[in-house]
Amino acid sequence: MRLDKTELILLGVAAVLAIGGLIAPQWLVFLLTMALAKSMVVQGVVMQMRAGLVTFGQGLYFCMGGYAVGMSGHFLAISDLPSLLLIGVAAAVALAMILGLLMTRYREIFFAMLSLAFSMILYGMLVKSPALGSTDGFNVKAWTLFGWSPAAGQAPLALFVIIVAASAVLAVLLHRYGRSSAGAMCEAIRENEVRVEYLGQSPRWVLYMNYVAAAGVSALGGGFMALAAGHIDPEMAYWITSGEFVFIALLGGTAHVAAPIIAAILFAVVRTYAIELVPHSWQMILGFTLLAIIVFLPKGLWSLFSGRARAAKAVEAKV
Amino acid sequence: MSCILETRGLYKEFGAVTAAKNVNVSISKGEVVGVIGSNGAGKTTFINMVTGYLKPSRGEILFNGQSIIGRTPRSITRAGMARSFQVAQLFPELTVLDNLLIALAAAESPFPSLLRPLRNDERIARAEAILGEFSILAWRDSKVTAVPQGVRKLIDIAMALIGDPQMLLLDEPTSGVSAEEKTQLMDTVMQVVSRHQVTVLFVEHDMDVVRRYVSRILAFYSGEVLADGPPQSVLANARVQELVTGGQRAHKGATA
Repeated sequence: MRLDKTELILLGVAAVLAIGGLIAPQWLVFLLTMALAKSMVVQGVVMQMRAGLVTFGQGLYFCMGGYAVGMSGHFLAISDLPSLLLIGVAAAVALAMILGLLMTRYREIFFAMLSLAFSMILYGMLVKSPALGSTDGFNVKAWTLFGWSPAAGQAPLALFVIIVAASAVLAVLLHRYGRSSAGAMCEAIRENEVRVEYLGQSPRWVLYMNYVAAAGVSALGGGFMALAAGHIDPEMAYWITSGEFVFIALLGGTAHVAAPIIAAILFAVVRTYAIELVPHSWQMILGFTLLAIIVFLPKGLWSLFSGRARAAKAVEAKV
Repeated sequence: MSCILETRGLYKEFGAVTAAKNVNVSISKGEVVGVIGSNGAGKTTFINMVTGYLKPSRGEILFNGQSIIGRTPRSITRAGMARSFQVAQLFPELTVLDNLLIALAAAESPFPSLLRPLRNDERIARAEAILGEFSILAWRDSKVTAVPQGVRKLIDIAMALIGDPQMLLLDEPTSGVSAEEKTQLMDTVMQVVSRHQVTVLFVEHDMDVVRRYVSRILAFYSGEVLADGPPQSVLANARVQELVTGGQRAHKGATA
């Protein structure tokens, strides 16, 4: 497998981040782990945004991934991390394959609202399920890795290294997907669905595939979140959680696979400091941040990097 | 010559309005057919029915002897009938090359690859060859929003032609193009389609353009085929002159 420049940079940054985790304070390791888990869900949101669809219900698959991991540990006594994550992804993909049949018939606000409706149905079901802890949720059992059980103090750092590696691999795969025929077809659908149909392609099939893949990616984030936090509750499927993912997606932009990761980390940092600074009105700071992004960087934070790269190319061309 | 497209007793009703009335047309392979008619005569409705965008109220459409009633536009496209549009249907935020590459990828497989890059050397070479045929290679890296209307029309037609269709339907290929550019645009298009040996049916309002390129004319009026035959006889037909060309002779130009 030959890696291009972007992929090498992604893997290089991931390696530096993983090594940095060894010397970073524990609170920062935890913050980054949570941010990376969220960034995976945001990748799912961005995948759909690239096809012109905004989902306000990606919390559905985030929650599915989390609960599948939690329930597998709780009821099936599975503790192996890769198996747990795989179950989470498989559960979300299976659900997405069913819901996708309906979802891909809708566009624009109808798609957004329907996605929201499905996530709220899951939220309602979980809240009414005493066996799953109702509104309180339940704790997730400790994980192992191919038989190795990390000591209590080691687990957060080990999980951090694993999620950094997983994020890097996922980013490389999504980078390739974005440049693939299927990825380009998603953009084409966003631009002009009628033309795609008259080129002999089925927009619904492309969107269906994209929807299912996005569900799997988001469920992976949910699984990691459950393992990192050690607890899951129905809030994972609540509309505010889904809205947060859209917020992060807008913050980063859709132009690059690194954008959701950068945005998720920035969001986590801004939120942490905002809560520290103004505990009762931290949402206001987030609101102003989003306002500033929409007004000054409508294509998200990534436009800062892409704009600079364009300027450099223009200078090179002049020389 | 064998028949490529045939319609039998085709009707299309939109409530009380009948947009197509008993349309019986048979087009042979290799023909270049012009469709004329005033606005609302049923020309685009006819094209929309034939390409699967609209389902006829009744009647039959046969493409290469097979019924295509009820088939989706993509299925008809894959069967070998492509179309361009009155308003060029492109991917405006992408480059001209990417528009062509997407069209190529779509033509190659109904299931686009998840990991194989859209841009590969073979595909780029093919896309550039098509752009070269239409004399628009210079616009290769321009965003569609930055190219002139005439070039957009050519890109639209190039995208339709890229899947090697047997039949091409062009809906007003010169609309929105300046009078000076029309002949040049149509010369380019007709040279390319003749090289690809494609059967062509095109809707056009400019009688000079029609007379110059077609071997046969279908004149529509009020959803019906008013006249069908060689250009000289159809354009000389008194009813066509009265109801379609407005009494003007072909050489006097646009009629609609």
